[in-house]
Amino acid sequence: MTESTTEPARQDPAPTAPPTQPTSTTPFPQNRDCPYHPPTGYQPLRADRPLSRVTLFDGRPVWAVTGHALARRLLADPRLSTDRTHPDFPVPAERFANVERRRVALLGVDDPEHNAQRRMLIPSFSVKRIAALRPRIQETVDGLLDAMERQGPPSELVADFALPVPSMVICALLGVPYADHEFFEGCSRRLLQGPGAADVNEARIELEGYLGALIDRKRVEPGEGLLDELIHRDHPGGPVDREDLVSFAVILLVAGHETTANMISLGTFTLLNHPEQLEALRSGRTTTAAVVEELLRFLSIAEGLQRLATEDIEVAGTTIREGEGVFFSTSLINRDTEVYENPETLDWDRPSRHHLAFGFGVHQCLGQNLARTELDIALRTLFERLPGLRLAVPAHEIRHKPGDTIQGLLHLPVAW
Amino acid sequence: MSGMGVRVDRERCVGAGMCALTAPDVFTQDDDGFSEMLPGSTAGTGDHPRVREAVRACPVGAVSLTDD
Repeated sequence: MTESTTEPARQDPAPTAPPTQPTSTTPFPQNRDCPYHPPTGYQPLRADRPLSRVTLFDGRPVWAVTGHALARRLLADPRLSTDRTHPDFPVPAERFANVERRRVALLGVDDPEHNAQRRMLIPSFSVKRIAALRPRIQETVDGLLDAMERQGPPSELVADFALPVPSMVICALLGVPYADHEFFEGCSRRLLQGPGAADVNEARIELEGYLGALIDRKRVEPGEGLLDELIHRDHPGGPVDREDLVSFAVILLVAGHETTANMISLGTFTLLNHPEQLEALRSGRTTTAAVVEELLRFLSIAEGLQRLATEDIEVAGTTIREGEGVFFSTSLINRDTEVYENPETLDWDRPSRHHLAFGFGVHQCLGQNLARTELDIALRTLFERLPGLRLAVPAHEIRHKPGDTIQGLLHLPVAW
Repeated sequence: MSGMGVRVDRERCVGAGMCALTAPDVFTQDDDGFSEMLPGSTAGTGDHPRVREAVRACPVGAVSLTDD
């Protein structure tokens, strides 16, 4: 189903491991067995919460943070860097090890530079600005469901609904022509999932080329959207240079559709597999907002957030050494029994807001309120309009994404 | 003591909007997306459970309780 990278270790397993730490052989990341539960192979990690030693694809030992309180503390710790240009920055799969370590805006830069970049974008993602998009999002969702109904069942929900909803919305928000969606969705898929390093490299070059040309065009023919605002608005630090604009555009476009698309498809699949909880949503016994928040916790699609320690950090009775990689297993963090009662259960009534599905600290997802709004409208309208929605194939035939990328479904055949 | 107050540090704010989402009767965002207190917040606001939730929800510690 999914690729697995089984390269021989390139060096001794743990030359820098503190002697008190047992050398774990738990590989990280692993593929999920069930698309909405953490991999069963993470059992040893649950046993030694909040922090484990794990092994990357190439044999490099790194830390896996699995405890909620420790994750909050470390994600807010400036000694953990997110600078992807650092030669020691840990990557989850071989295909990312062999790509050029380029600067990545926002999620790949540390403060104070990150803060300056983020501040330019914050106004466009405010709660008010996102609320103003609601009618447009509703219209998009309605239009896609109209088309599905016209065509009649069955339908492949990823292509017909889960992907186009966020893709159309982020295009409108950024000012990118949706007509080019097949091109940039394809680039985005190869950028995140490869399969090879060449695919990742080429996808990035193609996407940067496309968005660079779009930005150049917008300089002379201003349009409407966030990119146009960034180009033409006055910024305290002077105009944003072209390289940064392209980098912003790539990040916002990719993050803006991939993540929400995965949440819509995986969320729908999860609901269809939990008839009792789905009934509570349909009958109005719970709010869609509560459903969205619990699905965000339960599914934790942004699994394995990466950082690099730039200084020694004393934690949980041990030391994370300078130069060591740290991964945050959001799926285990969001099922920490210290914080959530019966965390393996999908429970609309739990107060699940303190989940770390969007991360924590200065890099916490900038688009989280857009994502919440899209999910709210998409899931509510989908189940209202198609009350008989069901899987068109047995659940075990649904294939999901490998563990080294954003989690989600590769396809979701449905009928109604 | 009249109870805990609450304050927002705009320099730290990263515009996640968690405070406005958690306690919308106390916090809002200005037009630029940075968090601020709604007018009328008084001493004792910080004793409200939802305000305490908002303090915990802020990813950067920009919302804090004060002693006034």
